[in-house]
Amino acid sequence: MKNVIITMMVLLFAVGLIAAGSNITIKGSDTLVRLGQRWAEEYMKKHKDIVIQVSGGGSGTGIAALLNGTTDICQASRNMKKKEYKLAEEKGIKPYRVSVALDGIAIYLNKENPITTLSLAKLKGIYTGAITNWKEVGGPDHRIILYGRENNSGTYVFFKKHVLDKEDYADAAQALPGTAAVVHAVSKDKYGIGYGGIAWAKGVKYTAVKKDNKSTAVIPDVQTVSNGTYPISRELYWFFNGVPKGEMKALVNWALSAEGQKLAEEMGYIPLPKELAEANIIE
Amino acid sequence: MHLLHCEGRDDSLPSCFGEDVECYNFKPKSRLREFLGEKLIAVTAFTALVATLLIFTFIFKEAVPIFTDREVQEEAGLGKLTFKQVYHEGRPAKWKWQPESEVPKFSLLPLFIGTLKAALIAMLFAVPLGVGAAIYSSEFASKRMREVIKPVVELLAGIPSVVLGFFALLVLATGLQKTLGLTFRLNALNAGIALGIAVIPIIFTVAEDVMTSVPRSLRDAALAVGANSWQVSFTMVLPAALPGIVAGMVLGLGRAIGETMIVLMASGNAAIISTSLTDSMRTFSATIAAELAEVVFGSSHYNVLFFIGTLLFVFTFLINLAGDVVLFKLKERFQGKTG
Repeated sequence: MKNVIITMMVLLFAVGLIAAGSNITIKGSDTLVRLGQRWAEEYMKKHKDIVIQVSGGGSGTGIAALLNGTTDICQASRNMKKKEYKLAEEKGIKPYRVSVALDGIAIYLNKENPITTLSLAKLKGIYTGAITNWKEVGGPDHRIILYGRENNSGTYVFFKKHVLDKEDYADAAQALPGTAAVVHAVSKDKYGIGYGGIAWAKGVKYTAVKKDNKSTAVIPDVQTVSNGTYPISRELYWFFNGVPKGEMKALVNWALSAEGQKLAEEMGYIPLPKELAEANIIE
Repeated sequence: MHLLHCEGRDDSLPSCFGEDVECYNFKPKSRLREFLGEKLIAVTAFTALVATLLIFTFIFKEAVPIFTDREVQEEAGLGKLTFKQVYHEGRPAKWKWQPESEVPKFSLLPLFIGTLKAALIAMLFAVPLGVGAAIYSSEFASKRMREVIKPVVELLAGIPSVVLGFFALLVLATGLQKTLGLTFRLNALNAGIALGIAVIPIIFTVAEDVMTSVPRSLRDAALAVGANSWQVSFTMVLPAALPGIVAGMVLGLGRAIGETMIVLMASGNAAIISTSLTDSMRTFSATIAAELAEVVFGSSHYNVLFFIGTLLFVFTFLINLAGDVVLFKLKERFQGKTG
């Protein structure tokens, strides 16, 4: 939320200053918004005639904006849903998807929490409400306080699909506006647990995650997410209306270049493996 | 303007202003101006009226499929919104709000309870503080003190709700959890108190204005028969000002039910049915704010959110209506029908 507001203020200011030049609007995922801003900043330094406006609001918001034609590029931390593809078809919009970075979804715990490892099955139990006490996963005897995101978040949908096997979140799971709020809540709450991008994990620790009981626990970092051994990782996307051309094509190809991907890594995101980045470049 | 002969002035009546009173003659040519002025003001009044009607119509229009569309009714008919449902065979029926699910669940009861809880705590917190501060400021405070208190409380009204929400999320939640040893950091109490802070200035301002405008003659009469200032305040001024104080509380309640940003940030937003004030909760307004941006246009979820909007509209309307009725009755009782 805070990010969105700051971005909007900066944007309004920027728009006021530079009315000329061509405009590209980028909107969507709160997970990607920081990277989008960084990319836009660097790109505008190189190309003084282009103005790029970046804002967040959630993947769903971005996709809705793309379908309504109010944004050029939609940033999303999840794929479009069937309903959304159908709606796009009705509106004559041809979504074109490019993955621009990777992200591992970290499981945040308070620094005082003794637990270091959780398996996917336990995580599912915790978030669906089957496991309610830390004692059941080898921790202290205290109720688990669940933190998560609102249902307009791509992370919420992704986590539900890949960790909860599409089951519902527990009713007691608290929905907070934005990953920053989740991280803050967990940092203040000894018995809290939360999820979100690893780039956000400041002031909290994250657990290693086991795919099942036999596999070894993996900590999310550049390497494990990039080579796919960390079990909860995902691609982050840019959606366009049709294959991007001209300036937009130049922008996405630059973001996929070694330089753009290096910026992603500096910001705490996981860069795409080199082959994948090269394969994504638009001819 | 110059002094003119006053037509229609009845010289037989005694003039309280003495003989040199100024009268302005309204010549016929100014009638047109008067007419236009009057109509212009009428138009402004009607704009508000029309805007309210249009807003209601458009919100309600989007909620209509709940009553008419069979496909929507299967997922979110009135019965599904109100009564508990069996979602898994063999498990007990439940009220659940899980709109992003394989089987979307749209029970409004958890949200309704959340909304009531937040408003109730806010009022419990804000009414004593707001009214108390108003009594002190209008009855007991020195003039200088009053000149400090009034602007400062009114400044509180100027704090944007998002800032109050932020304060509750970061500071108040931690403080409450530490002092009361609560299980949940973000809970109904936290949100309710933050909401109360937003409501205090509304109650204070209205109550204070009403109490200071209680006629001087009432106070003087009471003082003349030997009442002390405490008796004057509590047996004369307070009852006379009660209708206004009630009006302030009604306005405050309306705000507490409709306020969005504070509850969205401070309540934890878990849609659960619980009477505990220290559990997390989710309100109608926060639900609309959090979900409307994402919802697929024209889906039953979308219709339900607009239905919630309609409900909020109706609630605030009913509260204001009830407030008006109470106000009218109290006025009759304390000030006589002409008052």
